[in-house]
Amino acid sequence: MRTENQKAWFFVLPVLALVAFNALVPMMTVVNYSVQETFGNNQFFWEGLGWFEQILRSDRFQAALGRQFLFTAMILAIEVPLGVIVALSMPRKGFWVPVCLVLMALPMLIPWNVVGSMWNIFTLPKIGLLGYFLNDVLGVNYDMTQQPLSAWITVIVMDVWHWTSLVVLLCYAGLVSIPDAYYQAAKIDGASPWSVFRYIQLPKMKTVLTIAVLLRFMDSFNIYTEPFVLTGGGPGNSTTLLSIDLVKIALGQFDLGPAAAMSLIYFAITLLVSWVFYTLMTKDDAQ
Amino acid sequence: MAQIKLSNLRHSYMPSPTGPEDYALKEIDVTWRDGGAYALLGPSGCGKSTLLNIISGLLTPSEGQILFDDRDVTALPPDQRNIAQVFQFPVIYDTMTVGENLAFPLKNRGVEPAKIKRRVDEIAEMLDVTDMLNTRASGLSPDNKQKISMGRGLVRDDVNAVMFDEPLTVIDPHLKWKLRSKLKELHQKVQATMIYVTHDQTEALTFADEVVVMQDGEVVQIGTPVELFERPQHTFVGHFIGSPGMNVLPCEARGDRAVFEGHEVMLEGPTKGDSGHTDLGIRPEYVGFGDSGIPAHVTKVADIGRHFVVSAMVGNTTLKAVTEHSVPEPGSQVFLQFKPEQSRVYRDGWIATEERAR
Repeated sequence: MRTENQKAWFFVLPVLALVAFNALVPMMTVVNYSVQETFGNNQFFWEGLGWFEQILRSDRFQAALGRQFLFTAMILAIEVPLGVIVALSMPRKGFWVPVCLVLMALPMLIPWNVVGSMWNIFTLPKIGLLGYFLNDVLGVNYDMTQQPLSAWITVIVMDVWHWTSLVVLLCYAGLVSIPDAYYQAAKIDGASPWSVFRYIQLPKMKTVLTIAVLLRFMDSFNIYTEPFVLTGGGPGNSTTLLSIDLVKIALGQFDLGPAAAMSLIYFAITLLVSWVFYTLMTKDDAQ
Repeated sequence: MAQIKLSNLRHSYMPSPTGPEDYALKEIDVTWRDGGAYALLGPSGCGKSTLLNIISGLLTPSEGQILFDDRDVTALPPDQRNIAQVFQFPVIYDTMTVGENLAFPLKNRGVEPAKIKRRVDEIAEMLDVTDMLNTRASGLSPDNKQKISMGRGLVRDDVNAVMFDEPLTVIDPHLKWKLRSKLKELHQKVQATMIYVTHDQTEALTFADEVVVMQDGEVVQIGTPVELFERPQHTFVGHFIGSPGMNVLPCEARGDRAVFEGHEVMLEGPTKGDSGHTDLGIRPEYVGFGDSGIPAHVTKVADIGRHFVVSAMVGNTTLKAVTEHSVPEPGSQVFLQFKPEQSRVYRDGWIATEERAR
């Protein structure tokens, strides 16, 4: 006869406490701010859903959100196919494997603000190596501090440089797990290189690719440090992504209410898109 | 369908092999009849998978030729050899249905859709998978997956040979038997040359008309299951096939007799040659008990179901005998009798007695 008791809760308690302090309590603080107005001195006035309405209706938020989606879409459209192609062309065995892996991992080991500074110095017109080369050697009119297009290209190239490796390494891990017999069978079945990719490599990479896309989506959607260090959101507002705008509102203008409401909307969008994407990608397996 | 001939085949994984020890395959010369069922049998690492990959074209041999019906295919890639191969682990295309899997090799070769449909239906019928044709292949059980990979080989009606590389390794024991008889049945239906690689003697002996026994990259004997059992050409064959394997007892050869631990044993015929190490080889099945003969001390009796395996000591040598009844007690003294027509002398491993004219 087994006796039922509630002792198991004691084992979960430390984790619950930890999660409460590092996630639930701060989150609730944000919720608290988002429905109130404060003028300092710890005085709060009930605001209801007013901030949410104001944020959602504001042109500024909509523009930043649009830029954010554009940025993320471009990042994914470049990094995912590029990562797959690089992973496919990497050697599977031999001396070059560790060399390639280390080279691939290098960009990811660099701290984010350092990446931003590096690319800033690298691309500055006149003094940066790339900036100088483009302007004074090739004669291309390029200035990421003045032209929105140049700034966008630089931000995107920087992110591709920094994060394509993640997709590469994940895909590579999926690829090396495919037994040789699959390739041999495909040879015997007379499959073309495209068929091998479509029916063997891609299905075997699907799980890791799902994770890669999900991670890249979340990271690029929440990106702050690198573009902030590189362009500071400029020129003008052209590279002001959601997080940069959020920091401006919260810490620049000290509008805690709108900033809190915006954080929650931001969070909800990230969560929703991730969930929809994950559900779609794993739908087939559930059947 | 084709006759397969391997002529002076050698293979080394090293770029510049020097001695015979550098070769994974040493000098192979065999001809396989069109439509036959063959097995390559040997322990792990004996070179049987290397040989299989050479035949299918996944490997190019260092030396020698492979001929399909006298056509030299040594340099051809696998898809131009019209070979089908079933691997140790079932290979299926996860995202396709069973039907699409079966149709895949035909589709790649540009066969017209109507014919593809007909062939797929035929093969599905043969494999008993007709009811699964529209299900996703990824969810199947291992034995069904293995059936599908077999089907992908059989679906082409122009296959020269179907090769099996230990195809039953991942199959549950109770399904192994089923799948094995299915294979045998398929062979009779499609009449393709089939080559089956395994280290399991039961699989080899039940499947094949002729078994090629390999050891250390060398073919030691090619023969029907009965030949391999009744008259092993090498002590390795005698030991590897049979359960328990042949007794290999150090002896001295004297004409048509051998002297083993001081006792004279009649042989099947006169012994050839006079150099090298000699052994007396006799299967436990042909060691009997009697009132006279070689005195032995019984050390162990094992009941393995249909019969008993008796271990006995003669002098300092242990040997095994198989008996169905009149089992001696462990510790007792018995007299062993060796059947003369099944007693042979092996010189450095190879058979050295002449078969007595019958």
